[in-house]
Amino acid sequence: MSKSSTLWSDAIYRLTRNKAAMFGAFILFILILCAALAPWIAPYSYSFQNLELGASPPSAAHILGTDVLGRDLLSRILYGARISLLVGFVATGVALVIGVSWGIIAGYAGGKVDSVMMRIVDVLYGLPFIIFIILLMVIFGRNLWLLFGAIGAVEWLTMARIVRGQVIGLKNQEFVMAAKAMGVSNFSMFRKHLLPNILGPIAVYATLTIPQVMLLEGFLSFLGLGIQPPMSSWGTLIKDGVESMEEYSWLLIYPGLTFTITLFALNFFGDGLRDALDPKTTDN
Amino acid sequence: MISIFFKRLLLAIPVLLAVASLTFFLVKLAPGGPFDADKAVSPQVLKNLNEAYNLNASEWEQYVDYMTGILKGDFGPSFRFPGRSVSEMIATGLPVTFELAFYAILIALLIGVSSGVLAALKRNTYLDFIPMAIAMIGICVPTFLMGPLLVLIFGINLEILPVSGWGQLPGDKILPSITLGFAYAAYIARLSRGGMLEVLNQDFIRTARAKGLTESNVVIKHAMQGGLIPVVSFLGPAIAGLLAGSFVVETIFQIPGLGRFYVEAAFNRDYTMILGTTIFFSAMIVFFNLLSDLAAMWLNPRSRDNS
Amino acid sequence: MKYLPLLTLLFLISCSSNITPVDDGLEKQIFHFGNGSEPQGIDPHIVTGVPEHHILISLCEGLTIPNPFGDGNLPGAAESWQISEDGMEYIFNLRKNAKWSNGDDVTAEDFVWSWQRILTASLGSQYPDMLYYLVGAAEYHAGEINDFSEVGVKALNKYTLKVSLKAPTPFFIGMLSHYSTWPVHKDTVLEHGSIDDRNGQWTRPGNFVCNGAFNLKSWELNNKIIVEKNPNYWDASNVKLNQIHYYPVSNVMTEDRMFRAGQLHVTSTLPSQKCPIYIEENNPDLRIDPYMGTYFYRLNTNNSVLKDVRVRKALAYSIDRKLLVDKVTKCGQIPAYSFTPPGSNGYQPETSIAFDPELAKQLLNEAGYSDNNAFPKLEILFNTNEDHRKVALAIQQMWQQNLGISVELVNQDWKVYLSREMVGDFQVSRAGWIGDYEDPNTFLDLMRPNRGNNKTGWENAAYDSLVAKANSTNDQTERYKLLNEAEKILIENMPIIPLYTYVRNYQLSSDVKGYNPHILDHHHPKFIYLERE
Repeated sequence: MSKSSTLWSDAIYRLTRNKAAMFGAFILFILILCAALAPWIAPYSYSFQNLELGASPPSAAHILGTDVLGRDLLSRILYGARISLLVGFVATGVALVIGVSWGIIAGYAGGKVDSVMMRIVDVLYGLPFIIFIILLMVIFGRNLWLLFGAIGAVEWLTMARIVRGQVIGLKNQEFVMAAKAMGVSNFSMFRKHLLPNILGPIAVYATLTIPQVMLLEGFLSFLGLGIQPPMSSWGTLIKDGVESMEEYSWLLIYPGLTFTITLFALNFFGDGLRDALDPKTTDN
Repeated sequence: MISIFFKRLLLAIPVLLAVASLTFFLVKLAPGGPFDADKAVSPQVLKNLNEAYNLNASEWEQYVDYMTGILKGDFGPSFRFPGRSVSEMIATGLPVTFELAFYAILIALLIGVSSGVLAALKRNTYLDFIPMAIAMIGICVPTFLMGPLLVLIFGINLEILPVSGWGQLPGDKILPSITLGFAYAAYIARLSRGGMLEVLNQDFIRTARAKGLTESNVVIKHAMQGGLIPVVSFLGPAIAGLLAGSFVVETIFQIPGLGRFYVEAAFNRDYTMILGTTIFFSAMIVFFNLLSDLAAMWLNPRSRDNS
Repeated sequence: MKYLPLLTLLFLISCSSNITPVDDGLEKQIFHFGNGSEPQGIDPHIVTGVPEHHILISLCEGLTIPNPFGDGNLPGAAESWQISEDGMEYIFNLRKNAKWSNGDDVTAEDFVWSWQRILTASLGSQYPDMLYYLVGAAEYHAGEINDFSEVGVKALNKYTLKVSLKAPTPFFIGMLSHYSTWPVHKDTVLEHGSIDDRNGQWTRPGNFVCNGAFNLKSWELNNKIIVEKNPNYWDASNVKLNQIHYYPVSNVMTEDRMFRAGQLHVTSTLPSQKCPIYIEENNPDLRIDPYMGTYFYRLNTNNSVLKDVRVRKALAYSIDRKLLVDKVTKCGQIPAYSFTPPGSNGYQPETSIAFDPELAKQLLNEAGYSDNNAFPKLEILFNTNEDHRKVALAIQQMWQQNLGISVELVNQDWKVYLSREMVGDFQVSRAGWIGDYEDPNTFLDLMRPNRGNNKTGWENAAYDSLVAKANSTNDQTERYKLLNEAEKILIENMPIIPLYTYVRNYQLSSDVKGYNPHILDHHHPKFIYLERE
């Protein structure tokens, strides 16, 4: 029985006993399901306008109401979920790939390579990334892929630091040294021995980064740099809702609630993961 | 530690130069020039304008020209506002953003640390759950939602606070500072709770209590020094984030800060202004990251800088 | 417990007397003006925007000023003028009691020097063409003549200005309300820079000198500009306001809130979703004034699909303009069936554009598009703005439903949008044009060949000669007949699709008097005062 499986089963046991985390996971599951099935379950297309109707409060025909162009809010929230969750997961994914690779290499190699790589991270840490993202969005237009890339490029640094720290900790442990003695290649080392053991902190950090990314996208939408219409993300829906806050409050309440609940769920789940994986916090 | 400080400071200079260069070329890539206007400009006039701002010279020449200017402390004239220099504009906007960030951090620290420490001490009671729930709300509700909401309640409905401005009407600094600081208060509350919980479990705390020291003595003199390290480490990146978050708050509350200048400069292709503010922001972020790392080290001599 | 200090603070604030800036302004005759965006500057020969205009009109005065009580212009720095029989010579008699804010007399020579300044190419002014109607002006600006005395403006004596035009220009007096024709104080400008120095410091508070009803008191960037009453203004005894505070509020929601909280007397605009609400609840502060502007779509006639006039007309005939203004813009806009807004200085265009989807489809078929030959995807370009987006979305749906064509919306930020339009990198692009002066020529001139603002690539010789002919006679009836002919050609060829006529919508406090609706939104501050019943 290798070290990692005990750690895992222990963690899973603790995680499943954490009510808040489980609740969060449940919410997330529902949301992802809805987002994935949106084209089938949404009552209307997200772009179909009913100009005659205009903005209307929740009714039988439109469960959550309509916006000023008569578009069904429920459908827009469902489709918006796709975009927001997509941005959240993909951008975090980008950050993950870059950050984890960087961190593993730096941590494992040690010495000069490590030094140089972490110096670069330090340097990049000092850049005002928001500034660059704004500039990039203004210059190159509001391209979805650019958004993923730009946001991902902001978030990978901390990931790299965490991973590196973990790898350094593992490097000196017996099983790693044993594997090295047996002549395991570096690549297999990364894949089979190091990666499984750092998955924990990575998962935690990733889960906690996704809400950050979604907030960042909302922030860009507020400045007018988010997703292009007629598509919309929760960020643009909230921004529109803020503007009609007083007269068409449902336009703010429902997207706002959905957004907040999703962030809650992600945070609870991430917290739960962290607590489950960290044997030191005996928080009961 | 002093040597580390100076080493990092020295490192900052090439970093800033790199930032300046990167931004320069990025900005030049942008389609649309500073003099494009709705009313078409005749080619003759455009040529004259470009001449006046040295835009007809080669890219490299402009770059060298600009960089030498910076080293002398001259960020050039604003393209959008004839007669104004970038340094002058930064000098008007910076103190405002600083003040806003300062009040926001103050609020964040006061509310965050006190609720976090309280929650740690009264773990698993209502005094733990409620502040942490509120903290969660602070993290999950974006500023561009919280701001207008607060304005609606306190400015329009209750009419007790102004809806905009900074330093114009009494009380107009309250809502923006709270809006900006609340999210950070939330993070700081969670971080301090976490940090305090770790410290409070340690032996030396048990020893202090056993020795008969008062609870407040234990908490303030012994626990907080170590327990607040995560908060201090967080401050550096927090300030960087604050400067960015100020864009939104400055727009909602009509505050004449550097954040708003920057966003408008980007939209107006005011090249020199974009460059000037970017360099400035970078310098500040580098500086504050450095300060916070040093503070964290000072508080806990055992943790060495991980590079 | 720890919230006690905060609560106390809030309590104290709420108990303190709640004097709003509007209340306070009433007492002190201080006018709080929401001005949209930070002005680029206050040099009348360099700036180009509307917020700048609102400030400049209080600081400087041209030969004429806008008339708040009717059409046309009132005497400004000139107390009277004579026009020669052939309409090519104007004699302006300046007021002998007009003074600059530093006490110097305003003379004819000041105007000569000022017009020389704006026509100096190296200054880089973007409005020199306002004066191109003068003899030799365009040539001087292009550097073809170097001696300004060859340009058609002379000071006959200290108070008499003679202007010589290339052709009788019936709207010349109307043009004088544009700030590009206003004077600047020579000594002040030269003291702080040269005649063509864009970055001259003469516009700073403390240096600034001009001949208007107010003088520049302070200028806090992105915060507030304060102007105060100028005691040296020739009509100072009739100026009732003491100060005007200009606030550069760029966020329309914030501006709306500021007005409702009593921090502004007048706003620059209105959030579009608030308009129908205010209309419904009969909000007394809501203003919807006629405005000389047209919202239209430019069609790139060089594009392979759009160069067929039948296609262009099909696009125009399949738009339900009534639905657009009733359900999308919803703030009192008027559907446009001509390019020039109807009623511009008495001009009534006789053109019409039917909403006829059947005819439109037929035209499209005639142009060769059918089920076998599908119409390619069209792209609508517009600058990032919620209101433009709503209109574009509505039009996208109309074309989809009525013509079966698919449309893509592309929004770019302002600068990119401008540069794309400039080089013709678009198919359909959203546009708006506000008149520079009260005459249909300010619109029709746009679409002549070789005009920088045409941008559609459409050139029609018959149109061009009709407009030129109209500009060479002073007979209003004759002119308008010719211009109507031109307008018909324009609508027959449809290089642009007019959508609606603008209105000025904003909020105005009931304390403000003398701020009357004006077709070009010019409001001279000497007629404005604050009073409460």
